[in-house]
Amino acid sequence: MKIDGKRAIWSEYQKDIEEDHYFYVRSCIRQNFFPGSEVAFLRIMRDVLKKDVYEHPCHTTCSGIGYHGDVVPVDTAMTVVARQFALMTEAGYKNYVPSCITSFGLYTEILETWHHFPEVEERVRKHLRNATGREFNIPGNLAHASDIIYKFRKEIAAKAKYTLVNKETGEPLKVVDHIGCHYSKMFPSKGVGGAEYPYVLAGMIEEWGGEVIDYPERRHCCGFGFRQYLVQANRGYSVACSREKFESMKPFKPDMILTNCPGCPMFLDRWQYVINEMEGTTYGQNGEGIPVFTYEELAGLVLGFDPWDLGLQMHQINVEPLLDKIGIEYSPEKKFSLNTDPAVSKVKHFAKAVY
Amino acid sequence: MNKNVVVIGAGVAGMEAAGRLAIAGFAVSLIEKQESQGGHLNNWHQLFPDRRDGKEVSEYLRKLTQNDRIKLHTGTSIEKINHVKNIYAVTTSSGEVLNADAVVVATGFDLFKSSRKEEYGYGIYDNVITSADLEGMFQSGKIIMHDGRAPEKIGIVHCVGSRDEKVGNLYCSKLCCVTAVKQAIELREYLPASKVFCFYMDMRMGGSMYEELYREAQEKYGISFIRGKVSEASEAINNKIKIKVEDTLVGRPLKMELDLLVLMAGMEMSEGGKRIAAVAGLKTGENRFFAVADQHYGSNNSNLKGIFLAGTCVAPMNITETISHARAAVSEVIDYLNSTEKQRNG
Repeated sequence: MKIDGKRAIWSEYQKDIEEDHYFYVRSCIRQNFFPGSEVAFLRIMRDVLKKDVYEHPCHTTCSGIGYHGDVVPVDTAMTVVARQFALMTEAGYKNYVPSCITSFGLYTEILETWHHFPEVEERVRKHLRNATGREFNIPGNLAHASDIIYKFRKEIAAKAKYTLVNKETGEPLKVVDHIGCHYSKMFPSKGVGGAEYPYVLAGMIEEWGGEVIDYPERRHCCGFGFRQYLVQANRGYSVACSREKFESMKPFKPDMILTNCPGCPMFLDRWQYVINEMEGTTYGQNGEGIPVFTYEELAGLVLGFDPWDLGLQMHQINVEPLLDKIGIEYSPEKKFSLNTDPAVSKVKHFAKAVY
Repeated sequence: MNKNVVVIGAGVAGMEAAGRLAIAGFAVSLIEKQESQGGHLNNWHQLFPDRRDGKEVSEYLRKLTQNDRIKLHTGTSIEKINHVKNIYAVTTSSGEVLNADAVVVATGFDLFKSSRKEEYGYGIYDNVITSADLEGMFQSGKIIMHDGRAPEKIGIVHCVGSRDEKVGNLYCSKLCCVTAVKQAIELREYLPASKVFCFYMDMRMGGSMYEELYREAQEKYGISFIRGKVSEASEAINNKIKIKVEDTLVGRPLKMELDLLVLMAGMEMSEGGKRIAAVAGLKTGENRFFAVADQHYGSNNSNLKGIFLAGTCVAPMNITETISHARAAVSEVIDYLNSTEKQRNG
């Protein structure tokens, strides 16, 4: 492996990411799957990096999950997205930051469509006007929330309490990065590092002291794939996809998996349990599973946030062996107790409704 | 006739054109940006379809250009080309101004930069090489992997950078299929225990004796030809290259672990050619090669009177075609200079 070859590709796929004043939109499903992640993002942005991040209470699903699940027509999806842009415009923001990879992909696809077919944009503006009376501006900057953390990875490293290093051996932790398909596979130029060798998570891993693992099925789907899971009869295929990845990464002995998509950590985490139940196979070391993290969780960990405030108790694969490996302090007793940390409750604010 | 011709590029086409112009009695300035003449041919071991040593053709061209009427300028590029009446003033990188009655552009081609096909991992994975790299191995007599061992299972990917909308090259580079067949045979000869697989879209064996070579590759050398495009390559922990490909004849996806993956890099308009186009005002076509005045009877003529085109700067072609095209360019130059001479003499 020649890292210089990758660096040459990474240098070709850089994108503009704004410095501050973000209109943040949450994911439909992440709050159920990994409920601490989005809260951690807000805490990192507001409390650690002192950035202005705005959330609108009237934000809804972008409908991307239905669009890619073949149940929402594209005109409907575009009109829903137009409404989100209208909320951003009304709030006085122009830097749009979705938490969800599929949302990011859908927004990118729609903006590209409107760029090349202005008549479609006009049609959607009319739909929105007729339905809600709203108008909207095109975002000045569209960046996924992982792009934002990538942008500030050095600042986070400068404030870090922990690094991704095995405290016993001093060796960097081996980290598999898994990028959501809708991040850059559709529009490589819109993702940091492009589609074949994305750098958005690899950059965080490198900066925080870890070592990125490149394994043969790195590009393979996590197993979510929408219809693979949403259609119940296809779920065997979903597990098979995840299994393909685990089998491929296992020889590299990864310490953890890092993701930036709502579905990927869910399926890479949960299906390890299912495969263990079905076949008795585990893919981590010492008979354990490989812990799976979101980028917000990992950023929170290196910054010294309490693992249980980050919601790591919601993971199927126990994270404690990894926390011990890094030397992260935690209280086993508090794992399933209610959170009382004022730093966490501070971000539980709600924007004023505009309706 | 006391006329001066500048030939830009001293590859196969440029050398052939320069040699023939000198024989016809013209004073020729042969400009080459590299330090030596010969172009890509210098890097090729054996030529298809007869497997002759590339050095034999190089030697023929070298002898052809050993003519007192030819002045070779190596390590020299073109800075400016100005046209005044019937004279072209060609300014070189050394500051010399060469006045020419006609110019032959023979700037050739560049091999497609295989790293642009990111999914194949050239420049990233240790055991992914190009057809040009393999020719270098043939020349050195060492067919080895990154760790110095001989490969046992080798894959060859056709159409890398050719017939590929994603990289903006819709055209066929014409030579990659037969090069793959020739290289596969050479591999089997060097490494008799090896297995060689060619992954192709279509086998375009459109030259004399190409089809026969293809048949020989299958029947005599046992090379496997799989109809399907490789979608991605990756590196396993043992440094082997894992590929994914669809076998379109069987209709099934296929995964394979290889010791060595060879990419058949296509041909593109050379960077030198692009520069000449810019400084001289020469038109290029949709495929970015020089645009010819007429595809059927004017393939040596450019959009500028007195500037002629020879060889692969207009389209992919093999050495036989390149030499023929260069000779045709010389014929056009002679006709042009005769006609301008007649006009001058009234």
